[in-house]
Amino acid sequence: MAEPAVVSEREQKILGIIETARGKRAKFRDEHITMAHGAGGKATQSLIEGLLVPAFGGEALAELADAGRIEIDGLGLALTTDSYVVKPLRFPGGSIGELAVNGTVNDLAVSGARPLALSLSLILEEGLPAEELGAEVQAIAAAAAKAGVQIITGDTKVVERGHADGMYVCTTGVGQRDPRALLSPQSLKPGDKILLSGSIGEHGTAIMLARGEFELDATIASDTRSLWPVVDAVLDVAGPQLRCMRDATRGGVASVLNELARASGVAMIVRERDVPVDPAVAGASEILGIDPMYVANEGKLVAFVASEAADRALEAMQAVAGCEDAAEIGEVRTEPPGMVLVETSFGGRRVMDQLVGDPLPRIC
Amino acid sequence: MKFVDEFRDAELGRVVANEILASVEPGRHYKFMEVCGGHTHSIYKYGVDDLLPANIELVHGPGCPVCVIPMGRVDDGIALAHEPGVIFTCFGDMMRVPGSNGSLLEAKAAGADVRMVYSPLDALRIAKQNPDREVIFFAIGFETTAPSTALTLKRARAEEVSNFSCMCSHVTIVPPLRALLESPDLRLDGFIGPGHVSTVVGARPFEFIPADYGKPVVVAGFEPLDILQAVLMILRQLADGRCLVENQYKRVVPYEGNLKALEVMSEVFELRPHFEWRGLGFISHSGLKLSEAYADLDAERRFRVPGVPVADPKACQCGEVLKGVIKPWECKVFGTACTPERPIGTCMVSSEGACAAYYNYGRFAREREVV
Repeated sequence: MAEPAVVSEREQKILGIIETARGKRAKFRDEHITMAHGAGGKATQSLIEGLLVPAFGGEALAELADAGRIEIDGLGLALTTDSYVVKPLRFPGGSIGELAVNGTVNDLAVSGARPLALSLSLILEEGLPAEELGAEVQAIAAAAAKAGVQIITGDTKVVERGHADGMYVCTTGVGQRDPRALLSPQSLKPGDKILLSGSIGEHGTAIMLARGEFELDATIASDTRSLWPVVDAVLDVAGPQLRCMRDATRGGVASVLNELARASGVAMIVRERDVPVDPAVAGASEILGIDPMYVANEGKLVAFVASEAADRALEAMQAVAGCEDAAEIGEVRTEPPGMVLVETSFGGRRVMDQLVGDPLPRIC
Repeated sequence: MKFVDEFRDAELGRVVANEILASVEPGRHYKFMEVCGGHTHSIYKYGVDDLLPANIELVHGPGCPVCVIPMGRVDDGIALAHEPGVIFTCFGDMMRVPGSNGSLLEAKAAGADVRMVYSPLDALRIAKQNPDREVIFFAIGFETTAPSTALTLKRARAEEVSNFSCMCSHVTIVPPLRALLESPDLRLDGFIGPGHVSTVVGARPFEFIPADYGKPVVVAGFEPLDILQAVLMILRQLADGRCLVENQYKRVVPYEGNLKALEVMSEVFELRPHFEWRGLGFISHSGLKLSEAYADLDAERRFRVPGVPVADPKACQCGEVLKGVIKPWECKVFGTACTPERPIGTCMVSSEGACAAYYNYGRFAREREVV
């Protein structure tokens, strides 16, 4: 006799227990900080949700959006901050200074806020060549000008040789919330389409190759760029039908989708064959055993758009320079809640979970 | 990617899946073991299960290098990592394997200099860059990775790198398979043979399986189409009443193996009288250590290693999972106390481990039809 085809009752029950365990607020129980806490995956989540959020409370923080919202006399503002510790300082397609501007600008942009101004803190290592610092200052100025933001305040500190690996950069950004944007993870609905603004995994792969640890020969440039132009374009055509956006940095597109699926209690299905990946990135990932869905980007966003506005939102995206490869990669479903599933190119289906461990430390 | 995409072609996959469907004896339940963790990973990653009828069950085998490392061995590694002046190098997955008192990743956070490498040659390079430090490489893996460790040791000798040594935990594939086949609680219809190991040892060492135990073996590659084709080839052997070792992975695996690699291995390594396997216990002649000629590069001789065997945690059933006796989700702690972020057992650590593969990819499988 053949065994029954359905998943056994016991298996179903165990899967249920796992899902309940996963749905619980993460606890921070580690004895030391490990590199995994910085990787943007489950350990980062436990650090943020288990230690930081309970300590500071507050409605705006609990949302865990890319930028916090604050309203002053009816004027909606968004505030965000980020630190940059990338190693090496310069890499194909960009440098730490350019990242420090674009990364913070993008956190504002995907929160639906037009970036206005940045603060800039430099932590410099004793012995850093002035020429290198000068180059980064120029890179910061150029990126800020291109993104249309001003640097309006700053700070400098110097630490002893052997610390800070040349330089660390911290930027804080303030933006004005765009009245066209009504973004919230809670507004995701079954049937909404998932759009991706271009090919994935370029930044993480470029950094990895620039470190020269793998002796792989390929020209892959970081995708660092301001995302405000593409956000602006999508808001123009989709307005409130644009439900939510995230920039897919640390942990890649997979982490962003998992975060949102959990936050909004919906399921997502991604069609692997529709996800744009540059052949060089695909090749490097293949050799290193890394899934590009988990590799960091610095100029790609994931947008959730109501089904009826998806086509024009995608068209608007593709018309923006640097987003020509934008694609619809999947959609929002109801079951199983909080999970991201992948239809593999081979015709199978599997779970795409959050990242565990750290394939590539210090990529931004 | 040329020569890769062809083996992930959904259309061809459907063609083979249909042939499998036609070759299945209606009402019969088939149990095939994929020996290698690389196959387990591919099966889940590509959802290969979804293309098989429900009466073909794939059982995960013991061929995951990280999964078979016992806790005492991790403790030994951590002890070496804490030796003053030591840089301890290992593969990434190995860093997260729990010992009796934490993992190498935790030892790193507590101050030990533990570094992840992608190849033993990276470890040798670190040794050359840090001549005033002792650099130890934690070598793990089956015959697949043993030759690269052997070549690295040969190079260390040739280049007179005196601050480099190796903690050898390499294992061999045949003894655990034999142990498994002797086990009474496992009933299998055939084996998907380990393609990577076979690139080195060839397909011949598996001839004892059909000869002594009457089970067909098909050595297979790691793309989804390879695995489907191997399933089809086993089914056809069963249908035709044949029972032998076949090689599906001819584009990479020579039947006689890689003689040069085997030669290097026999120069650098020798069999240990016995070696402890996670969950499987001590198996005779299943582990490798450095030969007398390379004894000076053996970290276990250069340093004091505790070498204390540690019993697996009571709740952990990695042994049963590695033998294919239970499914990952049938383990008492699966997914609750034991998760990829807080593994109790090794099978939950490596991406080739059955538990991690099932947890990360395999949940919510589609319902399949019985033929």
